[in-house]
Amino acid sequence: MNEYNFAYLDEQTKRMIRRAILKGLAVPGYQVPFASREMPMPYGWGTGGVQVSAAILTPEDRFKVIDQGADDTTNAVSIRKFFEKTAGIATTEKTARASVIQTRHRIPEARLREDQIIVYQVPIPEPLRFLEPRETETRKMHSLEEYGMMHVKLYEDISQHGAISTAYAYPVKVSGRYVMDPSPIPKFDNPKLEMDAIQLFGAGREQRIYAVPPHTRIVSLDFEDYTFEATKAEHSCDLCGAGDSYLDEVIMDDAGNRMFVCSDTDYCRSRRSAGHVGRLGEESAA
Amino acid sequence: MTAGSQFMGGFRDAPIDAAHAFRAAMTVMARPGEIRQLVGATPPTPLSVAAGTLLLTLCDPDTGVHLAGEFDTLQVREWLTFHTGAPIVKAPKADFAIGRWKDLMPLIEFRIGTPEYPDRSATVIVETPGLLPRGALLRGPGIKDTARLSLPDVPALQANARLYPLGCDFFFTCGDTIAALPRSTQIEAET
Repeated sequence: MNEYNFAYLDEQTKRMIRRAILKGLAVPGYQVPFASREMPMPYGWGTGGVQVSAAILTPEDRFKVIDQGADDTTNAVSIRKFFEKTAGIATTEKTARASVIQTRHRIPEARLREDQIIVYQVPIPEPLRFLEPRETETRKMHSLEEYGMMHVKLYEDISQHGAISTAYAYPVKVSGRYVMDPSPIPKFDNPKLEMDAIQLFGAGREQRIYAVPPHTRIVSLDFEDYTFEATKAEHSCDLCGAGDSYLDEVIMDDAGNRMFVCSDTDYCRSRRSAGHVGRLGEESAA
Repeated sequence: MTAGSQFMGGFRDAPIDAAHAFRAAMTVMARPGEIRQLVGATPPTPLSVAAGTLLLTLCDPDTGVHLAGEFDTLQVREWLTFHTGAPIVKAPKADFAIGRWKDLMPLIEFRIGTPEYPDRSATVIVETPGLLPRGALLRGPGIKDTARLSLPDVPALQANARLYPLGCDFFFTCGDTIAALPRSTQIEAET
């Protein structure tokens, strides 16, 4: 087939990663240490997600990669090509057609199904890291379920800004036990974390794998009087007119003109091909 | 069993067979109660196809394997050693254990992880005479509403679940089928 072992990694490495994934699924939200390997791409490019994908892919899979929702950015294209070359698998840009989706910082707008798996690339897996830099301490805090500091952080948001200003990597409690960083997805995506698909998280540089089985209870941390809100820009997509999707703001010129477009390129494209047109849609098509 | 037969019965195409096997094992662990087919290896008796395939998929020189009761035979030891290189160990040191339920007792012998590293716990593979989607009622992560699975010993498994986030995780195998029960699953006896 080609000069690589299937999906690049050697079999013993895959077994080590696979054992970590199983323990992660058994203890949802708990970060399982694993012996992350050097990958032929720099840290920050999704080495954790790539290793998890390599350990779970089968030759029959159809693989999709998104970076901030987009299929056509450098990161997404190169990871897709990496697995085309080393695993010889089919790839797609269509969310509905993919069996495994690797993502950097977004959950697709289309609802994921039972037979799909989503793999997140995670830069900093530890939700308490910016509150407590010592790994020995954060590990103890997780073991004692000592998450008061996280609520203090959210409270400080309110006291300074009048609202919880944390907009991404918004902490969640998994199945009533572990506080987890859902990787830096916008908090708009947090409600989607309760889904039918298997969710796997890989942090290569930090050497952690964690997981959320389907239908797991996920609660975004908040207060009774300041409840969690899944926010997005108060606009509709200027290309497809969608009012329910997460938007990117694009600066058009130096005169302050801007447009808002769906961050999920597949969602936007499929809406446009179904005939939906946004404020600037026709103009850009012309 | 003839001399040299431990060399037989492994994966035909290790990366592909193991990838398929792991997908099945991961799916059942992520969806407690779901029963899937697991094939690839042809292990010596008394190992079932599913249990043998699971061992080849997950075990290597880094993982101690405990063979309980009738599974501790020369044939099984030689087969496992040849195909995985896994050291055969006693229950308290095991990463994986394989046996019939009564031979795996008491569960307290197995590692349940530590509060800071709950992942350092044993995965117990239980060979069962039957694996059916009825019996004990299951709730928890991976389960939409409820699921049912024929379990060998509800009180012992409930005690394991009460240790959460510590505890063992279980695979149940029968012939070429497999199901799983992670420690996170809440179990109710059939009424």
